[in-house]
Amino acid sequence: MSEQQHIVSYGKLTAIWLGLLALTALTVWVARHNVGIGHVWGSLAIAVVKGGLVIAFFMHMKYEGRLLRWLLFFALSVLAIFIGFTFFDVLYR
Amino acid sequence: MIPVENVPPAGDGGFWNDTGKTGITAWIFSTDHKRIGLLYFYSVLTFFLIAVVLGVLLRIELMAPGRTIMGPQTYNAVFTVHGVVMVFLFIIPGFQGSFGNLVMPIQIGARDVAFPRLNLFSWWLYIAGAAVIITSLFTGGGPPDTGWTFYVPFSERTGTNVSLAVFGVFIVGFSSIVTGLNFVTTIHRLRAEGMTWGRLPLFVWSLYATAWVQILATPILGITLALIIAERFLGTGLFDPARGGDPLMYQHLFWIYSHPAVYIMILPGMGVISEIIPAFARKPIFGYKMIAFSSLAIAAAGSLVWGHHMFTSGMSDTAILVFSFLTFVVAIPSAIKVFNWVSTLYRGSISLEAPMLFALAFILLFSIGGLTGLILGAAATDIHVHDTQFVVGHFHYVIFGGAVFAFFGAMHYWLPKFYGRRYAEKPAVVAWVLMFVGFNITYFTMMVLGMKGMPRRYYDYLPEFAPLNLVSTIGSWILVSGLILMLVNLFRGLFKGEPIDRNPWGAATLEWTIPTPPPTENFEEEPVVTHGPYDFKGAGIP
Ligand code: HEM
Ligand SMILES: [Cu+2]
Repeated sequence: MSEQQHIVSYGKLTAIWLGLLALTALTVWVARHNVGIGHVWGSLAIAVVKGGLVIAFFMHMKYEGRLLRWLLFFALSVLAIFIGFTFFDVLYR
Repeated sequence: MIPVENVPPAGDGGFWNDTGKTGITAWIFSTDHKRIGLLYFYSVLTFFLIAVVLGVLLRIELMAPGRTIMGPQTYNAVFTVHGVVMVFLFIIPGFQGSFGNLVMPIQIGARDVAFPRLNLFSWWLYIAGAAVIITSLFTGGGPPDTGWTFYVPFSERTGTNVSLAVFGVFIVGFSSIVTGLNFVTTIHRLRAEGMTWGRLPLFVWSLYATAWVQILATPILGITLALIIAERFLGTGLFDPARGGDPLMYQHLFWIYSHPAVYIMILPGMGVISEIIPAFARKPIFGYKMIAFSSLAIAAAGSLVWGHHMFTSGMSDTAILVFSFLTFVVAIPSAIKVFNWVSTLYRGSISLEAPMLFALAFILLFSIGGLTGLILGAAATDIHVHDTQFVVGHFHYVIFGGAVFAFFGAMHYWLPKFYGRRYAEKPAVVAWVLMFVGFNITYFTMMVLGMKGMPRRYYDYLPEFAPLNLVSTIGSWILVSGLILMLVNLFRGLFKGEPIDRNPWGAATLEWTIPTPPPTENFEEEPVVTHGPYDFKGAGIP
């Protein structure tokens, strides 16, 4: 809602980008190693961190007001429930 | 009652006059919610009629064993296109786009929706998506033949034009999200003074619940469809076990959206019924709060039952148990609604006019659809009838007998308000009888066939199924003759029929307090709401 611009410095953006690349490498590493069901949890955890970084900095959610944050939280919770429910299948097959 | 005003000819008066633009641009670039509502209405109606023709062709093919009018490949394409058009181009955008747009802003006392341009954009997205889907039928490898569910691995391997069709559905989904956002915002921000949440008409409550489903579930459809395209073009292997993928993941993703989508189809229909019944029983609705609450409960609980489509897929037993249980839970809020409608009827002074007849048909047909749904929701019985004609009969009871009959009811109830003229009652009743009888002959027979073991999605069947298939096909002709009579009578009435005054049905919601047809800005001055939506005494209606 706030119309002010928030400028994130190049340095910070680059650092986050490098972080994302490192996490991508980690995803590939997890996929290549047989860690059982930890493979699913690991990949999901990495994806959450990456998504969080993108939303917080690249999409500026860190600098937004409460309402938007709550809405996002609500939408993500719904998504988490959806994904969570598939585990009734995946974990017990 | 207010005397009949000096009614101008059809297509004149109120919002019909204000243009500023001329010809077709006065419509396709209009941001007036009423004009966009009519744009949507005629668009979805056109697609409905096209898909009805395809449905009738399917039934003709099934009239006798063996090849009747088409071969297996054509049959596969026809049921796929029938399903895709009915679901994605008619009933999902149908209610929100047409009657949601036409009526909702007026019912809450607003001049328009919160984002009128976004509203127009939503219609354009819908048309663009529809154009892409239509293009997919005539280009590339020809019309898709996967069924409307686009299940992998077949949808990845078939040579038909799946990618383009799926892309079209993707765009239409975007339009649905945009409308959902618009409606949630509108209902939160633009209610007139005194229009508290407790005075919101139940149709608005149902649109509100639906809008949330559209916002939260449709993106998942988008992702799923995008993944099919990725699989086809890039061979990502996401759904391919040979490369570490999981074909069941597709079914999860697809139904995470598509079961809630069933509520996008039916909830607004339930809202319409909750408007029609009190108006024609001349009684405040029984259990207003529970009906409003059950819309939200259906939307929430209904989002967690998708696994009931997968009982025979090889999904884990734990998941079968959980999803089967939750499916039964959704029956509770649905039953609450049915009980409340019936209680409203009890001791009402009922007038059996066309909208009411459609509402009554809805209650019966939806109940049959819902109860047969429990047979499918119980894992043990589902194993026997999964993927048979029983399923086809069941979901036509819910979507056609439920949602589409409610849509017809809404056409008779609300369209006269916007045209200033009405249909003739007698032919409307005859049409209703024909459709009701034809409907049951067509689809009840299909359920029986399914119980006997006839599978769905086949152009041929064993000779022992022949007699009942013939009955079902004849039923579809009765159904369609009723449909034609209904449409002819309705539209003839809207353009040439008897003029009506503000409130022909004596209903108590806001749209009946403004002139017929409604002026461009709806209300001459900001309305102040002083009574509930079904408080006939408070509205001064005898
Ligand atoms: C006169 C009207 C209609 C007729 C005669 C008709 C007929 C049929 C038939 C015979 C099938 C089954 C094909 C098979 O499995 O072998 C079918 C499938 C289907 N129908 Fe209808 N139908 C009609 C209206 C509707 C309506 C109003 C809707 C929804 C709004 C609808 C949605 C569907 C869907 C989703 C399928 C499944 C397609 C698939 O298997 O992928 N139909 N219809
Ligand atoms: Cu379902």
